[in-house]
Amino acid sequence: MIKDTTAIAFVNARLIDPASDYDGPGSLIVADGVIADVIHGHDAINGHAGIQVIDCDENAIMPGLIDMRVRTGEPGNEPAETLKSASRAAAAGGVTSFVVLPDTDPVIDEPAMVDFILRRARDIELVHVYPAGAATKGCGGKTMAEIGLMDEAGALYFTDADHVIVNSKILSRVLTYAGGFNALIAHRPKEPWLSEGAVATSGEMAARMGLSGVPALAERIMMERDLGLVELTGARFLVDLISTAEGLASLERAKARGLEVSASVSINHLMFNEIDIGDYRTFYRLDPPLRAERDRLALIDALAQGVIDVVVSNHTPRPAEDKRLPFSESAPGAIGLQTLLPALIGLHFENDIPLIDLIRAVTINPAQLLGLEAGRLEKGAPADLILVDIEAPFALRERDILSKSKNSPFENRTLQGKVLKTLVDGRIVHGG
Amino acid sequence: MTDVNDLIRARLTPFPKAHFLAAQDLDPPDILALLDLADVFVDLNRQPSKKLDLLKGKTLVNMFFENSTRTQSSFELAGKRLGADTINMSMKTSSVAKGETLIDTAVTLNAMKPDLLVVRHSASGAAALLAQKVGCSVVNAGDGQHQHPTQGLLDMLSIRRAFGHVDGLTIAICGDVLHSRVARSNVILLNAMGANVRLVGPPTLIPGDADQWGADVYHDMREGIAGANVVMMLRLQLERMDGAFIPSTREYYRFYGLDREKLAVAAKDVRVMHPGPMNRGVEIDSEVADDLSVSLIQDQVEMGVAARMAVLASLAARLENER
Repeated sequence: MIKDTTAIAFVNARLIDPASDYDGPGSLIVADGVIADVIHGHDAINGHAGIQVIDCDENAIMPGLIDMRVRTGEPGNEPAETLKSASRAAAAGGVTSFVVLPDTDPVIDEPAMVDFILRRARDIELVHVYPAGAATKGCGGKTMAEIGLMDEAGALYFTDADHVIVNSKILSRVLTYAGGFNALIAHRPKEPWLSEGAVATSGEMAARMGLSGVPALAERIMMERDLGLVELTGARFLVDLISTAEGLASLERAKARGLEVSASVSINHLMFNEIDIGDYRTFYRLDPPLRAERDRLALIDALAQGVIDVVVSNHTPRPAEDKRLPFSESAPGAIGLQTLLPALIGLHFENDIPLIDLIRAVTINPAQLLGLEAGRLEKGAPADLILVDIEAPFALRERDILSKSKNSPFENRTLQGKVLKTLVDGRIVHGG
Repeated sequence: MTDVNDLIRARLTPFPKAHFLAAQDLDPPDILALLDLADVFVDLNRQPSKKLDLLKGKTLVNMFFENSTRTQSSFELAGKRLGADTINMSMKTSSVAKGETLIDTAVTLNAMKPDLLVVRHSASGAAALLAQKVGCSVVNAGDGQHQHPTQGLLDMLSIRRAFGHVDGLTIAICGDVLHSRVARSNVILLNAMGANVRLVGPPTLIPGDADQWGADVYHDMREGIAGANVVMMLRLQLERMDGAFIPSTREYYRFYGLDREKLAVAAKDVRVMHPGPMNRGVEIDSEVADDLSVSLIQDQVEMGVAARMAVLASLAARLENER
């Protein structure tokens, strides 16, 4: 990525940096693509000739977001989304790094595919795009993929995306083998037979709507197996997309036992519940399906308490032809790169959770899990940061969506928090 | 030849046990005695006339339930050079293939009155089971994933002849430790003789409790062989892998295959070993395997015959004592 050599001073800002636990006034200097200096408090920046000064007007500067779970249509389904359109949406949403899931066509299950994604991202020159590698070949759950070679080529973690590795022996081998590379393995806790054909969470809502449901328990059943295997193998493990209160209890027990386990949650499951599917609007057809309100509140609480480590957009572009269908026949998933930050800001205002604690789950926490230098406002760190007007309200219209697919459950909702500028390696990639 | 016979008489001690089933059957003095005796057989085998009559009148049966040209001919040659009547029974095509049990086979064998029985079997513990049921001495020539003690002995002989000693050497055993009976025998023997043993391989191919075998475990090949005097490569036993232990042979080669570049971190005088048969370009690069300045692989084959002669002669000496 090309680094901008012009030095910029962002003065009169509110710095929010979960890595150093600082939320307060300050200034920051960017030079040669990195953060050259961070000044807490109201001290003036002086003695820097030829430096471009930007008065932030007390708006917030925070690390650019790191989104661990993003689907692009590229390669294989470019009409849904390309790496370029996803990168544009990311820059506009304040996401400066994102990880592409491996369930592309072909699957990212060998080093040449990892190279392909990294090369395309370099050519686009917008935000950082990294691939996750498949844990098994073709995400088929039968044969281990080339975890070591992909790790070396630059894959940040390994997952079969939404495919479940049913065979416990195979998952156990994957976890054991990955341990040799200290690689992070993510797995969806979804009991496949209970989940088969389900489009909603079992309960009164699904029954009333005539939709086939899956019990929330299906999540806990699979989690208990996965966590047992983690205990056996000592692997680094991410419970991918936790969505139920029962699952949270399993997670807390595993963490208490000292396992190296973390968990992600999709922003959608923090914002919406099963009532939202009431109009059969397919933009709310998600996987995992939207849960009960008590699950949503438990997830928010777990995030605030630091039990959940990472929030992801789970950006899943689905073109109109996949969504303009009856609810149970439509493809699951929603886009989210542009709305991840405003949604978190909404959570902050609605639930009275300090913003710094919410931002932690999209900056320093994923950075540490993935081994990235970004995600912090620290001298010498990459200048991947965003300037945000936290109070500014806006309504998301279809025309504002930069993704090629427009399947956003936030469409026409009023949100708060506008990204004024996005910098990647010191270059302004959004908000000129 | 007189000299050789005198030397043998001076060094020949009865085998400590009735059978040679596992490396732990030997204490350090027994190991030393066998290595010293084997040294004499190495010299003998390099002479034009190689025949002795230490096992004259004895019957040696090679019973191989698993194919192994190398080990089988090594034992056959060892027996013949010591003057035994040696027969090979290939059990793959015998009545065993038609459903005869191992115990039935033992009963049949007993009727033939052999003195020494060399057994290779795909099941761990098969040699020990036969030893309980037959009236002769049994030598384990490899049982499943358990042990291959004469291989351990010949490896040690190769190392001692290359370095002059075994104690204090750092020996890295690399690769498919999980499925390797060679590794299990070698760790015990090398530890007994004072070597520092390391086990190196991907976590899926190293048993979980291997750190309790008296060896240090490494999952990074370069760290594992750094400063090692001997790098002992193991064959990747793809035929024993019932599922995904490694993603692909090309990934295995990249991280665990021995090539010049990885070998550069080992000690200056490093020697490379492999029990054979080798998967070239998978666990070892031909450039390393064929370089006689570092490779002991050919020596291992030569030492195999001598080490097995030492074992057979010692077992026969015990038989004589018992009579």
